[in-house]
Amino acid sequence: MSEHIVSPKIYLVIFLTLMAGTAATVWAAYHNFGAFNIVIALAIATFKATLVVLYFMHARYSPKRTQLVIVCSIFWLAIMLVLTLADYRTRGMHESRLAPPSNSNLVRA
Amino acid sequence: MSTTTLPAPVHKMPREDYLNATYGLRSWLLTTDHKRIALLYLGSVTVFFFIGGLFATMIRIHLLTPNGFLVTPETYNKLFTMHGVAMIFFFLIPSIPAVLGNFLIPLMIGAKDLAFPKLNLLSWYIYLVGGCFVLYSFGTGGLDTGWTFYTPLSSVYSNSAVTPAVIGIFINGFSSILTGLNFIVTIHTMRAPGMTWFRLPLFVWAHYATSLVMVLGTPVIAITLLLVGLERMFHLGFFNPALGGDPILFQHLFWFYSHPAVYIMILPSMGVISEIIPTFARKPIFGYSFIAGSSIAIAVIGFLVWAHHMFVTGESTYAALTFSFLSYLVAIPSAVKVFNWTSTLYQGSISWDTPMIYAFGFIGLFLIGGLTGLFLACLGLDIHIHDTYFVVAHFHYIMVGGAVMGYVGGLHFWWPKITGKLYPEVLARIAAVTLFVGFNLTFFPQFMLGYMGMPRRYHTYPPEFQVLNVLSTAGASILALGYLLPMLYLTWSMRYGRVAGPNPWPATGLEWKTASPPPTENFDVTPEVDWEPYDFRNRPDLGLAASGPLPAPAHGDD
Repeated sequence: MSEHIVSPKIYLVIFLTLMAGTAATVWAAYHNFGAFNIVIALAIATFKATLVVLYFMHARYSPKRTQLVIVCSIFWLAIMLVLTLADYRTRGMHESRLAPPSNSNLVRA
Repeated sequence: MSTTTLPAPVHKMPREDYLNATYGLRSWLLTTDHKRIALLYLGSVTVFFFIGGLFATMIRIHLLTPNGFLVTPETYNKLFTMHGVAMIFFFLIPSIPAVLGNFLIPLMIGAKDLAFPKLNLLSWYIYLVGGCFVLYSFGTGGLDTGWTFYTPLSSVYSNSAVTPAVIGIFINGFSSILTGLNFIVTIHTMRAPGMTWFRLPLFVWAHYATSLVMVLGTPVIAITLLLVGLERMFHLGFFNPALGGDPILFQHLFWFYSHPAVYIMILPSMGVISEIIPTFARKPIFGYSFIAGSSIAIAVIGFLVWAHHMFVTGESTYAALTFSFLSYLVAIPSAVKVFNWTSTLYQGSISWDTPMIYAFGFIGLFLIGGLTGLFLACLGLDIHIHDTYFVVAHFHYIMVGGAVMGYVGGLHFWWPKITGKLYPEVLARIAAVTLFVGFNLTFFPQFMLGYMGMPRRYHTYPPEFQVLNVLSTAGASILALGYLLPMLYLTWSMRYGRVAGPNPWPATGLEWKTASPPPTENFDVTPEVDWEPYDFRNRPDLGLAASGPLPAPAHGDD
């Protein structure tokens, strides 16, 4: 396997971008975007994670098979999220008798 | 029938093998030899099997009478929890992969060791550290949440030692991930010349599928249990509704791993059966590529079915319908395997050696376990039998009747390779039948109890259930004998057993082409494979004399 040497300059640029991303997250946390609060936070986090995987973990310079493994694992994560959301998004739809207890019932008195 | 065995020559033990190459405690504790690490695992999983077995014994004694006379209700909760945690995380999941897989995968593919020998040793140490945390939890107040750690009981209300237990399982997860990673890389990169993917033994295919589950699923359970620990210690709101969390989210995350974990237990066992059956039917396995493909299919589909554990715990009806349908799909690759094994037997020259008895036991018990799984995947029926002894019986048929039968059968099959010695055959057959009878007597009554409505995890029951409970306890004592016997005679055989020779059965795999026990480097010369898997016909080296036509090899040239 060939080792790719990444120049310190690229590492520095990525590091500064990540710091900027952190600053953006903090800034966004102090502003109310309504329903987009979580979307913005996750978008910044995903962007940062992508940079880490591509540059710090060298995925960009890795063999195709390694890249395939990474894509597959993201697909696996998607399975978990999509099928879990399949539950959350359909809760309460046309459910009268089988409705799950509301959260408030589970709180300790 | 089609072949006869020539008179067995007298064998001698090899002068130097992996067992006597070096001596002393240090040579074992710092070894990077996959075969020695397998034996280290064998010792440690046996310890946990004893601990889990002890708890099971106490449960069954307690349930002899309707009101239970052995322990308090609180202790009873702890007994079934600790039984589950010890057996699942520290015995069943590592048993076949870390013991037999570790020992055999490099031998079967013609490699000198696994791809990362030091990582292999590290995974054993991680297992030990995780195990110590869990034993600490058992010893300092125990654990009463059920092995499923459902929140908010585990994260808020339980007064038992949950935190060390979840930390232990979190740590142990890394052991599983490293083992899986090691197997995947080894199978991809270290196959001997001529060992194509479709010449791999089915045991290796099964372990490849298992490793995928280990690598993809284990991180989820590790992090989920860590979140439970964080919620418990620092009151961070993940699963506790009072802190803004959602308890059902825990169940989703838990079962995303813990259902595929069942396939971590059963797939390697199926791999063992796929090796035993052609050997003792003296026939190439029927449908090689379908069995190999079904292992991968089980691993993949196994990830899509988890919420069938949650039909009555508050998930939406639509999700339940989806998961019910997906759960039925697992039956297809499972049935492919069972039909192929039975087809292999057809017109075979079957011998009733001990491993074959275990293989037959496996097929029958797995069939019952699998079919009752379909009952539970059925939405309407599951509402009736959810959390009853029907479920307990079902998963014991899979985990004990399936996984443990395969493990013990595999131990017998490869014992001559591991130790170089043969065990007493008659005693071993008696033990195999004892185990089968004991198992069925223990768990079949539980199907009936569950169907009649006896809930699981209760320390008492109505008097009308007593007869079946007594039967179950009686079966458990026979089952215990079935486990103790092999432990005794296998240990005995290490010193006093007859010398086995390289290939006592004979079997066709590459592991049988080297000495028993193998040398540290596995093979004196890197082998070259020019035969098809399970092909008894074109293998004059096996010493079988053909007296009739043998069927074609399992698979064409790849």
